[in-house]
Amino acid sequence: MSTGTLTPRRPGLRRGRDSYWQLLRAEWTKFRTVRGWVIGMIVAALVMVLIGLFAAGSAHIGCGGGPGNSPALSGAACLPHVPTGPGGEAVTDSFYFVRQPLAGNGSITVRITALTGQYGGGGGPAIPGSALSDMHRGIQPWSKAGIIIADSTKQGSAYAAMMVTGSHGVAMQDDYTQDIAGLPGTVSAASPRWLRLTRSGDTVTGYDSADGTGWTRVGTAHLAGLSATVQVGLLATSPSYMHLTPFFGGSSGQVGPSLATGVFDHVSLSGGRPGGAWTGDNVGNSDAYGSQTSRVETFRQAGGRFTVTGSGDIAPDVTGPASGVPTATIENHLVGTFAGLIAVVVVAAMFMTAEYRRGLIRTTLAATPRRGRVLAAKAFVIGLVAFVTGLVAAAVAVPIGIRLDRGEGQYVLPVTLLTEVRVLAGTAALLAVAAVFAVAVGTMLRRSAAAVAAVIVVIVLPYILGVAGLLPEGAGEWLLRLSPAAAFAIQQSMPQYPQVANVYTPANGYFPLAPWAGFAVLCGYAALALGAAFFLLRRRDA
Amino acid sequence: MSRAPAAHMRHAPRAGPAGMRRALPAGWADRRGTLHAEWTKLRTVAGPAWLLAATAAATVAVSAGAAAGTRCPAGIACPVDTTKLSLTGIEFGQAIVAILAVLAISSEYSTGMIRTTLTATPRRSAVLAAKAALVSGLVLVAGTIAVGGSLLAGRLILPGNGFTASRGFAPLSLAHGPTLRAAAGSVLYLALIALLSLGVATAVRDSAVAVGTVLGLLYVFPIVAASMAGDPRWQHRIEAYTPMNAGLTIQATTGLHGLPISPWEGLGVLAGWAAAALIAGGLLLRLRDA
Repeated sequence: MSTGTLTPRRPGLRRGRDSYWQLLRAEWTKFRTVRGWVIGMIVAALVMVLIGLFAAGSAHIGCGGGPGNSPALSGAACLPHVPTGPGGEAVTDSFYFVRQPLAGNGSITVRITALTGQYGGGGGPAIPGSALSDMHRGIQPWSKAGIIIADSTKQGSAYAAMMVTGSHGVAMQDDYTQDIAGLPGTVSAASPRWLRLTRSGDTVTGYDSADGTGWTRVGTAHLAGLSATVQVGLLATSPSYMHLTPFFGGSSGQVGPSLATGVFDHVSLSGGRPGGAWTGDNVGNSDAYGSQTSRVETFRQAGGRFTVTGSGDIAPDVTGPASGVPTATIENHLVGTFAGLIAVVVVAAMFMTAEYRRGLIRTTLAATPRRGRVLAAKAFVIGLVAFVTGLVAAAVAVPIGIRLDRGEGQYVLPVTLLTEVRVLAGTAALLAVAAVFAVAVGTMLRRSAAAVAAVIVVIVLPYILGVAGLLPEGAGEWLLRLSPAAAFAIQQSMPQYPQVANVYTPANGYFPLAPWAGFAVLCGYAALALGAAFFLLRRRDA
Repeated sequence: MSRAPAAHMRHAPRAGPAGMRRALPAGWADRRGTLHAEWTKLRTVAGPAWLLAATAAATVAVSAGAAAGTRCPAGIACPVDTTKLSLTGIEFGQAIVAILAVLAISSEYSTGMIRTTLTATPRRSAVLAAKAALVSGLVLVAGTIAVGGSLLAGRLILPGNGFTASRGFAPLSLAHGPTLRAAAGSVLYLALIALLSLGVATAVRDSAVAVGTVLGLLYVFPIVAASMAGDPRWQHRIEAYTPMNAGLTIQATTGLHGLPISPWEGLGVLAGWAAAALIAGGLLLRLRDA
């Protein structure tokens, strides 16, 4: 900073590299000596932090039944207990478990002849005269009945399971996030499903069969550090019923509890203690699902026939309607990126257009006749400044925002360190590439007002139309694939799980493109604009 | 970014020689002259005409695109406000209107023309008023074409996408009261955006900063509001009192009870923003050296 521009060129450096270094320093000097631009970048960081904290730090969570229907507790006292799985992710782990311990290696085999269910609210024939008179018959797409080998009955423990599902056939799932499809089709007495899990050390292998003689291996799960004695048995569970009506700019609908009942026979266990008794356990029965299973008979064993009923899910937690508790994500605190982006784009466009307005461009190009290098140096300097600005703002907004959320009783879905780094650095990179894009458009248009408006409109407006519910979902998702706004996918911290029924829309924080793919779209636009700017800068008189 | 203040301007006389004045039928001729001068400035450069044409064309194109991209498949309830959908392009067109209105004043600062203008018309508020009248008038014309074209596109495209009369979607028509209100209101919306932009640009003088500020005021609040589902109280405040959210309620023709603010009140909120920006800009214009 203090070296200034008067330092003579150091001898001994190779000429080409030396002059490019000088060019970079010249552009850096131009940037740092215009007070308005430096202030603009500081404003960008400030609005990013302030809007991020304001928008996300204002949830008012109340809980507990106080007098007169008002919540007795609020704030941090309401922070829900959410179990985390072996990978550190927040999970839902509620199911009915008919189990016995299994020491060492062994396997379990069952036949399932039926999977039925009930759910609350909405259409369908109600069940008259039963304890479930407010519920209707019907199965959810991811209702589950099957067999499971779990490290313990604690929520969030490692497991591998083979199951039949409501409408996704047989599946092998393990450790909450893994899902492998097995035999297709629904289960019935006429077409039962045979399932088998075999444990050998840390490895659990799942098999399925339609007749109990010809078996197919579905998948293998590696559960690192699996206890010597595990819990093995039958499971039944059913995630929230969701009846959603998609409409212009979102979806409305009912979400309610559901129950699933599986009917098992030919249950055989090898490797365990012979003749061990089965016990029923409502895993996770302290949460909202427990109240459903308390109303029904959850486990009946008659002869060789087991009937098991459960409610809940064994799955990663997500945001949106499928989430059991109100959740926030780390990127909720980055909503100020838009305001920061606008300030960065203004500065970046002016970084180029001011040269034209003042006539400085003629001096610049006389000093460096290789015009492409001038453009490259400008893009590099403003990109770097924008990156640092964005990184500082994101690294301040996210940790403080998470603390604020916790203080208000809002549960923030945990992410791995790698994901958090990707979200923070990605936000910074998004601002950097947008700044380069603005320099390129500024070079092409040479007018600051038009350049600023063009860049802001192509990046921010598609996001508004796609996310803030001003366009229908289909059209909005296409905008978020094709426009530079696709880059905001880099801020999405929670993956989309096919084995969890949810509303995966931009409004709920799920982008149609993968994080880096979306970012690449913006990079593509910036590269195209830089190419056009390079061409025009060389062709036109300054 | 402001230039060094021109010291001599501070002592410039605030009115022309009194002798020349007396011969004219005071007031109106002055105002006519100022208007005419501003009209000449707008008319004789290519920019404003292109920007006005672009406003109309881009608004219609985006509206038609939104209508074409929206389908109502058979058997699904589609609670779509077809009038509002057909006017989606306003959200894009307003950005071009903002450029036009910002340049109307900031280009004078970037070329130094403002010193000539204020020497010729020392009553600075008259200059701003003339610019406001002309820019909003031109935007009203372009906006009328933009809105008319958008509604026509919607009327032609939407029935083919399942929004048929038999399913309760009458073809868009200005004879329908709420649709007429939405159409007229959208034209007024664009004019108010022009006034807001002119006020902001007069205050900050630099075109890039002005455009950034205006687009920030318009586009950031809807995103913040959408992210605040956890706090309905603040969400309501943002939706009811920020320029774009409040102003665009004028486009709603269905579900009026669910609106954060009634359509005309919403447009009134935007008018308040525009007035505040113009007053701030006018005051700064009077108080500062040019």
